[in-house]
Amino acid sequence: MSAAEEVVAEGHQAVEAVPKRAMTLGTGTSLVVLAALVIAPVFVKNFIIFQMTMLLIYGLAVLALNILTGGSGQFSLGQSAFYAVGAYTTAVLMEHFNINYALTLPIAGVVCFGFGFLFGQPALRLSGVYLALATFALATAMPQLLKLNFLEHWTGGVQGLVVTKPDAPFGLPMSQDMWLYYFTLVVTIAIYIFSVNLLRSRSGRAFMAIRDNEIPASAMGVNVALYKTLAFGVSAAITGIAGSLGAIAVQFVAPDSYTITLAISLFLGMVVGGVGWLPGSFVGAAFIIFVPNIAEGISKGLSGAVFGVLLFLVIYLVPHGARQVAIAGKSES
Amino acid sequence: MTQAQLAQGTSPLLAVRDVSVVFGGIVALNGVSFDMHKGAILGLIGPNGAGKTTLFNCLSRLYQPSSGDILMEGVSILSRPPHRIAEIGIGRTFQNVALFPNLSVMDNVRVGAHSKTSGDIISDSLRLAWVRRSEASINKKVHEILAYLDLEEVAHTTVSGLPFGTQKRVELARALAADPKILLLDEPAGGLNHEEVYVLGDLIRRIRDDRHMTVLLVEHHMGLVMSIADHVVALNFGKKLAEGTPAQVQADPDVIKAYLGSKDQ
Repeated sequence: MSAAEEVVAEGHQAVEAVPKRAMTLGTGTSLVVLAALVIAPVFVKNFIIFQMTMLLIYGLAVLALNILTGGSGQFSLGQSAFYAVGAYTTAVLMEHFNINYALTLPIAGVVCFGFGFLFGQPALRLSGVYLALATFALATAMPQLLKLNFLEHWTGGVQGLVVTKPDAPFGLPMSQDMWLYYFTLVVTIAIYIFSVNLLRSRSGRAFMAIRDNEIPASAMGVNVALYKTLAFGVSAAITGIAGSLGAIAVQFVAPDSYTITLAISLFLGMVVGGVGWLPGSFVGAAFIIFVPNIAEGISKGLSGAVFGVLLFLVIYLVPHGARQVAIAGKSES
Repeated sequence: MTQAQLAQGTSPLLAVRDVSVVFGGIVALNGVSFDMHKGAILGLIGPNGAGKTTLFNCLSRLYQPSSGDILMEGVSILSRPPHRIAEIGIGRTFQNVALFPNLSVMDNVRVGAHSKTSGDIISDSLRLAWVRRSEASINKKVHEILAYLDLEEVAHTTVSGLPFGTQKRVELARALAADPKILLLDEPAGGLNHEEVYVLGDLIRRIRDDRHMTVLLVEHHMGLVMSIADHVVALNFGKKLAEGTPAQVQADPDVIKAYLGSKDQ
């Protein structure tokens, strides 16, 4: 009879979602994973430690996208923009204002929350692929914005900024890489726990209610516009903190490190890890970091094609990503 | 007529005053007025396209009336956005079941309590003590409602896999979680068999009595309306055709002609 009713009848849904209880790992598995993450760096070379740090950082960025898409049902191909804002916030604060690297993280989080929240306002009028396209525009615009002349004094323009890698504090006998790994690990665990709490709370239920069906969510008193923009804000904040950590780990920020390719990689990571399954974010991050290297090892000249084939295999064999593997493993044991 | 109603003494819980809705050139509702008194079950009937659902959507603020007013406890609700209707005590169910399909029964009902609770993303992320207390009280309430509607066994089941009749009960549970003063039921008997309709009628009456609610029942199923409603309003072509007790409305010649008559032939 009317548009409103049709939407209700169809149960308008942007993403196929995971039941909420299956969103995390069990306590036992979590402890094993945690122990492995704490012990591993002692036995490996600095370069591997660096890669593990990057895995955690990209894992956080994928997790942030997972909260947005898996949680509130909104797509984004613009996560690289939030990542860039976080990275530049940290780089500028550290290099121009001599602010301690650890303090720049919450600042970057707040700046990116504001940025994401504001971007969420126009995004409210869009959904599904249209929202993906709008965020795509954001990702495309960001490197150019960072190169703008009047910002050059702060951002270093095309040259970018070099970031000083921090030493381990209190004279701890640890390499810079190892210290940064443990620092990143602590931040990652904290954000992971906060994210799980958030999705299990009243706010998280509001996100998921909106994802599943907006009209009844609104009839239950959920302010749909507010929660959609909040989801964007939270996702941007976490992505920004990941960007900050990335800037410190890589010791360098430049506009062309944060192109649409990064946003697509993060999106890929989310799909491979399983949309809406938070631990999968880190599996997805491992995929986007290591599989291109594996592809290169198989064929230098055709690494892109090999990567494509590997990706195709993953999508074909486990369309729901790492989550599917985890659930299958659980039901067999 | 308005003065006569005011003279009745008890002020209505919900008053629909001369509401008209126009879509383009189509008049979906034309100057409809009626009152709902506390504790009553009001049945809203009419053939397809009579304007029942349009009126219903005005009450839940999905549509804005072109003219007229809707008063809840004497205060107009028309300046409220849809998400601020639940907090003044108006709860609803949907015609074709509009649950959150990927959430468990429990979570669906928990969302129902959204308007009765508060929270913010920071406190929720940190799971502060007051958040934990609030969650505990929501859970207690939800378990009480699930037990009341015999849904405890499926509490942790994802709703999309449940039978239609059970989903309808979940929707009712979700609406009850906010302790509404008025429960708006949009064709609750739709898709149910004879036996289930009978059980539903009993349940609606029980909810009204146990939980002190006022019910607006929009329904096609004449048997259900006539057996449980205290008061019936009949609509046709967007206008109020008749109003009164079920017996009065059933005997009304206009209603017989427009609705019952055409069905019997």
